[in-house]
Amino acid sequence: MFDRIEDQELFEETTKRFLESEAPVTKVRDLVTSTLGYEESYWRRGAELGWTSLLVPEEAGGGSVSAWGVLDLIVLAFQFGFHAAPGPLLPVNVVAAALGRWGSAEQHSEVLSRLLDGSAIASWATSGQVGKARTIEHVRAHTEGEVIVVDGEVWPIEAGSQSNNFLVTAYHDGGLSHLLIPSGLSGVIVRPLNSLDLTRRFARLELDGVHVKSSALVGRAGMAAKADSWLKDLAVVVQLAEIVGAMQWAFETTLAWASNRYTFGRPLNSYQALKHRFADMKMFLESSYAITQKAAMAVQSSAPDQAELVSAGKFYVGRYGPELMHDCVQMHGGIGVTFDHDLHIFLRRVATNVPLYGSPSDHAARLATLLESANAD
Amino acid sequence: MRLGLPHSSKVPMPTESMHEDVEGFTRRARAWLAKNIPPQTEDGTLLRVRTDDEELERIGRCRELQRVLYDGSLAGICVPREYGGQGLTPAHQDALNHEIVGYDYPAELQMPTFTPCMAVLLEFGTDEQKKRYIPAMLKGEALWMQFLSEPSGGSDVAAVLTTAIRDGEEWVLNGSKIWTTGAWWSDMALCLARTDWNVPKHRGLTVFVVPIHHPNIEIQRIEMLNGSKEFCQEFLTDLRVPDVDRIGEIDQGWTVGTRWMYHERTVAGGSPYVTFPDGRRPVRELAGGAKALIHLAKEAEGFQRTHTRQLIGEAHAHSLVGSALIERISRQIRAGVASGEAAAILRLYAGTTVARNSTIAFEVAGAGAIAWSNDDGDAGQVGMGYLMRQASSIGGGTTEMSRNVISERVLGMPREHDPSRSLAFRDVARNSRRPYDRGSQMDPLGELKR
Repeated sequence: MFDRIEDQELFEETTKRFLESEAPVTKVRDLVTSTLGYEESYWRRGAELGWTSLLVPEEAGGGSVSAWGVLDLIVLAFQFGFHAAPGPLLPVNVVAAALGRWGSAEQHSEVLSRLLDGSAIASWATSGQVGKARTIEHVRAHTEGEVIVVDGEVWPIEAGSQSNNFLVTAYHDGGLSHLLIPSGLSGVIVRPLNSLDLTRRFARLELDGVHVKSSALVGRAGMAAKADSWLKDLAVVVQLAEIVGAMQWAFETTLAWASNRYTFGRPLNSYQALKHRFADMKMFLESSYAITQKAAMAVQSSAPDQAELVSAGKFYVGRYGPELMHDCVQMHGGIGVTFDHDLHIFLRRVATNVPLYGSPSDHAARLATLLESANAD
Repeated sequence: MRLGLPHSSKVPMPTESMHEDVEGFTRRARAWLAKNIPPQTEDGTLLRVRTDDEELERIGRCRELQRVLYDGSLAGICVPREYGGQGLTPAHQDALNHEIVGYDYPAELQMPTFTPCMAVLLEFGTDEQKKRYIPAMLKGEALWMQFLSEPSGGSDVAAVLTTAIRDGEEWVLNGSKIWTTGAWWSDMALCLARTDWNVPKHRGLTVFVVPIHHPNIEIQRIEMLNGSKEFCQEFLTDLRVPDVDRIGEIDQGWTVGTRWMYHERTVAGGSPYVTFPDGRRPVRELAGGAKALIHLAKEAEGFQRTHTRQLIGEAHAHSLVGSALIERISRQIRAGVASGEAAAILRLYAGTTVARNSTIAFEVAGAGAIAWSNDDGDAGQVGMGYLMRQASSIGGGTTEMSRNVISERVLGMPREHDPSRSLAFRDVARNSRRPYDRGSQMDPLGELKR
């Protein structure tokens, strides 16, 4: 697990017990056919445990556990990964962080307060690309007198069909703007998509001449590029922690399997060929913990090496996390690719996190760009 | 998961409260380094094989730097004061590792002189032995080597054929040791020898201190495929060693040897006896490497290619993840959360990633890595680095051995079957040639060369 600080142990233990009783894998399987992918009462109770408040300043109604909200959030995301837990953890926390930091008093009282108590959902409409300006092409906004007109299309948006509001990243006034757009506005079309994960729902958002007032702006018009980039790095560390949680589950499960499963009169874990693969997996796992925690600390403090560490994390965990999961499947043999075995539930969760907010290759390319600009300095 | 004892508790560490606090120490080190130590001159380019003259000059420089550190009370941070150290804590060593970033430092002395050799002396030496040998190490006067591997043994380090026979107050040693880095410019060595052939492999071993430059030790340098002659093979012929230079009990050498190899692994992270600037441990080739890759890619006119950029990013990610991993595992070993054996994870990471990054460099450099002119810069070295890439997964214990340690001692999986455990060593099947016979086909390269 991650090295924990201050009051995180109690927080993690509470969440762990809650997920064990409210979101066991049998429950996750039951939710496959549900529309939301989670139960509203479950999400509200999670919010009571602090799931949505960690990145929101106290004066905006939030509160962290250890005073290091991002580090608290990765502890939580780890547990989500370890249990393949349902619920829109990433999108709600990203939007809550943005509103808490840059939102208006009106946005705090009308939207953020409902995210904090779990009675509403919001998600972030961004292309999820890094190192490219794809978002800019996807959503455009222009000011017409008193209104801002927004056009474009973004997908996939996690919890899109469940969201009451979207934080839309749009090309606007020569830069990027963040706009908070209610899902009920005229011209807002949400189309549900099929998804690889069993409980995580995605949607396509179409914005067709949507009219909003300038009060929809989160932060200043055309000035959101830096905030947007921080939110992306934040989203990536949440993903990484969730992947690490799923890796830990799969590794523990497979370790136990290999000591109990006999072939040719010996337990699997007595074969050196397999022992060595476990050693490699242990290295992937420990390395993934290490870079995730370090990247999260950098995001927490907006450190100068934040972008480098986050991209190193997404490259490494995004590449070796799935490798570990597939190796665990291989160690199980045929049963590992059945629907009955739980491995695929965790593999789906890991795989879902890989392409979003930049693929491992995208982040590797971004690292080269960062290195080049550092060399030029 | 934690298995076995927290071995580090065997060496008593002074507690911080007895001496200067870490903050005060940090301030002292920062001011002192700025005044007394020159900045590191090595640039970020890829490593190149040194000529003998360059090697000797560098080693001389390291000895001087070590002496300057000693005089400045920054040598042997965790070594007790009675043996010439500072009697401080691992936290002080961490602080020094942080403060020394960017300065020239005696890199070549850290391994194996301070770890594992000095660490083994501290753990198993008598008071007299420690007083006799450790201050000279800390002053940069005595560089130590490990006479551990043998030509016949491969990874089976305990399968020692070098034999020590007691003769009064002396021991007579015969045999051959190999893969000592820089024995030709070193002074002393720890030597693992067999003192009883009639008991199982691990039970008849004893450790001795031997002087390297002795008429009864012949040193042969081994030429590696990249032209380096850093590694040596030694031939010990009727070498007489006084019993006072025996380390540990007679026939208990494997107790020492196990800890010896443990200390060797901790050089990758967790050792309180080595001074390495943060982020420069065995993944150091990677750190400067990724930046040099951009230069290489531009020379090869490939930097704008997406695939090349991804490869460079991958190499850089490996170095950043490596640093994070070293910090995590070191922290866990120090805190007792992980056993010292977890250092094998670092060794595996370093070995496999150096190999991967060498391959990346070779691909990025393109044709310049296989054909170059004298003024072409680094590209030719990239080709050599690529040919040598497995060295990082072999030297200091192979990555296969690390995988055994991780699976068996960190994860608790069953040990490999070893038929030699229950046999007298003289009855154990082994290579038919007797590698310690000097002058025939006995060294591992012999058949190829002659």
